Amino acid sequence: MSASMRIVNGRVYDPVNNVDGEIKEICIEDGKVVDSVSDEASIIDAQGMVVMPGGIDIHCHIAGPKVNAARKLQPEDHRHDVHPGTPFTRSGTGGTTPSTFATGYRYATLGYTTAMEAAVTPIGARHTLEEFHDTPIIDKGFYVLLGNNIFLQNLIREKRTEEFDQAVAWWVSSTKAYAVKLVNPGGDEPWKGKRNSNVSDIDEKTDDDLSPRQIIEAFIKTVNKQGYPHPPHIHCNNLGHSGNYQTTLETMKTAGDMRAHIAHIQFHSYGGELGKNPISKAAEIAEYVNSHPNITCDVGQVMFGRSTIMTADAPLAYVLKGHSKGKWVNADTECESGCGILPFTYQEHIYMHTLQWAIGLELFLLSEDPWRTILSTDHPNGGSFMAYPKLIKLLMDEKFRHEEMKRVNQKALLKCSLPELKREYTLNEIAIITRAGPAKALGLKSKGHLGTGADADITIYDVMDDKEMMFSTPRYVIKSGHMIIENHEFKTDFTGKLLHITPEYDKKIEEVVQPFFENYYSIEFSNYAVDDRYLHDHEIIQTGINKV
Amino acid sequence: MANENENIKIVENATCTFCGCVCDDMELHVDLNEKRITKAKNACVLGRAWFAEHTIEDAPAAMIDGEEVSVDEAIEEAAQTLVNAKFPITYGLSDTTCEAQRQAVAISDYIKGNIDTTTSVCHGPSGLAFQGVGESTSTLGEVKNRADLVIYWGGNPAESHPRHFGRYAVTPKGMFIPNGKKDRTVVLVDVRKTKSAPVADIFIKPFPGKDFEVLWALRALVKGSKLSSNIEEETGVPLETLSDLAERMKNCRFGVLFFGMGLTMTRGRHFNSGALLALATDLNEYTHFVAKPVRGHGNVTGADNVVSWQTGYPFGVNFSRGYPRFNPGEFTTVDTLSNGDADAALIIASDPASNFPKKAIDHLKNIPVITLDTKSTDTTKLSHVAFRTATYGINTTGTVYRMDDVPITLRSAFDSPFPDDETILTSIKKRVHELVLAKHYAGGASGEAKVAAINPL
Repeated sequence: MSASMRIVNGRVYDPVNNVDGEIKEICIEDGKVVDSVSDEASIIDAQGMVVMPGGIDIHCHIAGPKVNAARKLQPEDHRHDVHPGTPFTRSGTGGTTPSTFATGYRYATLGYTTAMEAAVTPIGARHTLEEFHDTPIIDKGFYVLLGNNIFLQNLIREKRTEEFDQAVAWWVSSTKAYAVKLVNPGGDEPWKGKRNSNVSDIDEKTDDDLSPRQIIEAFIKTVNKQGYPHPPHIHCNNLGHSGNYQTTLETMKTAGDMRAHIAHIQFHSYGGELGKNPISKAAEIAEYVNSHPNITCDVGQVMFGRSTIMTADAPLAYVLKGHSKGKWVNADTECESGCGILPFTYQEHIYMHTLQWAIGLELFLLSEDPWRTILSTDHPNGGSFMAYPKLIKLLMDEKFRHEEMKRVNQKALLKCSLPELKREYTLNEIAIITRAGPAKALGLKSKGHLGTGADADITIYDVMDDKEMMFSTPRYVIKSGHMIIENHEFKTDFTGKLLHITPEYDKKIEEVVQPFFENYYSIEFSNYAVDDRYLHDHEIIQTGINKV
Repeated sequence: MANENENIKIVENATCTFCGCVCDDMELHVDLNEKRITKAKNACVLGRAWFAEHTIEDAPAAMIDGEEVSVDEAIEEAAQTLVNAKFPITYGLSDTTCEAQRQAVAISDYIKGNIDTTTSVCHGPSGLAFQGVGESTSTLGEVKNRADLVIYWGGNPAESHPRHFGRYAVTPKGMFIPNGKKDRTVVLVDVRKTKSAPVADIFIKPFPGKDFEVLWALRALVKGSKLSSNIEEETGVPLETLSDLAERMKNCRFGVLFFGMGLTMTRGRHFNSGALLALATDLNEYTHFVAKPVRGHGNVTGADNVVSWQTGYPFGVNFSRGYPRFNPGEFTTVDTLSNGDADAALIIASDPASNFPKKAIDHLKNIPVITLDTKSTDTTKLSHVAFRTATYGINTTGTVYRMDDVPITLRSAFDSPFPDDETILTSIKKRVHELVLAKHYAGGASGEAKVAAINPL
């Protein structure tokens, strides 16, 4: 049913092609944007509407073992927010950790058509791919956790660089991942093996003579050398701790002029003394990002209300458990990762939560290059992706921002520059931080724009003064040329596809990895790599284009 | 043993789906002429029986009321039965693949029915406890690599999960456990001395039904509280034994509590599981400590996962309002049957007619039942529609989740003449969806035509 269509009379925002709100015709055929279509194509009259490429979420947690554990953990999160089915679509439940079907449909109802699950253990890749198959409408991929992988750390320590390059490529290929993820590199071993402790400094050497910086450097080098479409996606050490901006700056400096992506950078922009209330260091972080075009980041905005903390940073989740005093999940994955999960609520009256909220907004408003400071809430850690329209309103509407500031902790506002920032994002800039920017950072050349050959992932919004309303209610959503939402109603179901990469590796590396498996894993080596049956519809994004 | 037959195939690294250990190191010798597995190297006694017994029987692939019919006829009858019921229930699912489980949940969603798995009669209380207090847990490889204190509570793995000791938790050498069992302390807590007792360094025998009290006493000791001197009279366990265990737990480097149905299905149920999970959580104040329910069926963990990702809840889910609701005690199968709510049942890879309470079985006899099973069972015998299906992991590939949520892909040993669960359920789902859409478009031929034009699946 991928028909040809012609979208006419709409104001088009397509920053990649320098189209900034011009009235322009968009033609669609066979799931792609084309130069022209025959007269038989159906016409969508977008008079009074805004046309943008489909939204792209560069960092969220929507599928896989930890997400499913969080779903199981919180019946109370689902009960108040049900998602009824329609004759075409499946039912589900929502809250901060929606069921798979609800996740896909809800992204579509915001005009988002692609989302990247940001943390999956290699051993959990199969599970994630199974859930993706049940996550409709959107295209999706995942980042595989390799920063605390014991075998890879051994190779770094022993300076076996060539084998390290091969092993990383093997792991990425074998799991059908899209990118490499590092989370609190070096922190798992103290957590699991040294009575729940953690690393505290990027240059701290554990007993085995390996610092987080060495791990970060090794991954940045190999990924840049091999030209993966997306650079290492880094969750820095010391997340959430006062004074951690220094660690973040050091992490970015480690990259030199090589590409790196810093995840949910808001959580890493705190000044002050460890153990005491933080202050904002958004300006220092924004300045570094602004002046280093090799760095991309997503903000990880905190939105007030319910969230679910879910992270491979197990020590962090344990610290937060101390504050929430409620239920908590810890889940260790052999040789690969840790994990912590807990329900959490961000509250306006709490100093820390207000400061986090303000720092996120500061980072957006101080960003001089919207292409590299990308919108995210680290769903569901900072808040649900369903809060994106409200976040967009906060960025586009200074008056609204000031109204909201009246409701928050006033002491925290004194420790940041938010009240002085006058900037309002334009529609073109919103199109960059939600579409064009993430597509570029991900190396997705056929997404995030509406030029000829682009994927026909298109959202059409009614123009409204209330930007929150506007961005929560697209009138049309087109995915791969299929009319998914027409006049606000679901018209059909669609599976979407998996996006993954297949970096080449020398088969001999398997002989190097296998003995380690036989000794220290609990499943057989030959049952580890994920086979093609788990792909459903998929697209391999080319590796090697961005080689340095 | 392999005979001189030249048509012997060897399948390496096959997976045994008999219990929740899901050992994936089987070497299967398959006699392709006889269509049977003649040898299962590395399998335990239970696994060997599982592989040996799943041969191909001469039986109809589909029956309606005991009479052989074509599979297509049976699919049509199953779909009609489910769509026409007011309170159709789906049950079982723990002995089939995730691929089949996904189809089963879809059917329940389309027919606005009820779905539940065997979790509700085994570790359901652990699922509820999990929702209450969370869980500190790990994959089994982490236990093998790190655990220096291994506690089994209310279970008898020597007989129920024979390779749990040898493959994962007691004897294997691991990264930080270079000498295997010598580097670990093993504790068994059970109301009777089972065949698992010889493996334990310490055996603790509480009075039956007193697990909660013992666990709560340990929580108190771990936190440094004083216990009243009558704890032994109350629980059967001397204070010194409890204090010693509490100290061992606080001072180990990586401790694990495995627990079984001796805890979840006795007095206290989810309170027991909750107390144990809370104890493991408390211990993380002092050291690294994890807990893990020792799950029974080969893919019951997969069933929990699939039902959770599709609905948000692990078992006991009802779609009658057009969205999932969760209420164990109401939407769990013993209850939907015993209360007389269910008016049709789809039973997949399970035999409730042989092990449910009498009242539930009596109701099952009075409603149309559709079964998918590899064997003739008490439930298939009372079925309106009975499908004979291929055995997962022997005749089919697919995905199963080990008790620690690790997903593993199955390898097929030999083909079965019978279709697999996923194939049958996919066909039923398609037909059910057509019928539901047709109803939506006011029925009749025009409705069906619209369906044919628009059905996205």
